Amino acid sequence: MIDSPDSPDSLDFMQLARVIGTVVATVKNDSLEGRKLLVVQSLDHELRPQGKPLVALDAIGAGTGELVVWCRGKEASFPFRREDTPTDCTIIAIVDSEAHVTNGSRRR
Amino acid sequence: MIIARIIGTVVSSQKDPRLEGRKLLIVRPVNVDGTDTSGYVVAVDTVGAGFHERVLVVAGSSARLAQGMKDVPVDAAIVGVIDTVDILDD
Repeated sequence: MIDSPDSPDSLDFMQLARVIGTVVATVKNDSLEGRKLLVVQSLDHELRPQGKPLVALDAIGAGTGELVVWCRGKEASFPFRREDTPTDCTIIAIVDSEAHVTNGSRRR
Repeated sequence: MIIARIIGTVVSSQKDPRLEGRKLLIVRPVNVDGTDTSGYVVAVDTVGAGFHERVLVVAGSSARLAQGMKDVPVDAAIVGVIDTVDILDD
């Protein structure tokens, strides 16, 4: 992994993120044709930004401003044709609302 | 995937046969606002990107999943040339 969103308490597994923007790329590898690219900002368990934004492929129809779950690594290609979709970062779920994110120190 | 800017090229005559005919570029990761970060990555080009262009770079084993990259020994691939990046205003 290059330039992962590292912070002392971040792990490189599935995490919450906020979709903060979109990327347009006309010239791209044929295997990415028709796929949507979004900029995601990883969040900590208190939903505060942590690390740097990354570009993710969208598997479920997420939009700007939404709270999502993303997965990284080779598994990121599994929602698509897994043998020929080059992505290391994919949005795999949309969180219904921030009220649905609860943990020991945060409850809404 | 990260956004990066192409800052150089690599010429290599003696290389794995599966890398023959492929362009190796030096890219520097950039922030979403376009400012440079430190560090660099050598990435194989799959789209015909040029000097100074902003590109999308896939890292890890996923880099091999790009079209034409099957079984090629790389872990960073350029898979797109970026036209625009739009960031939501807070």
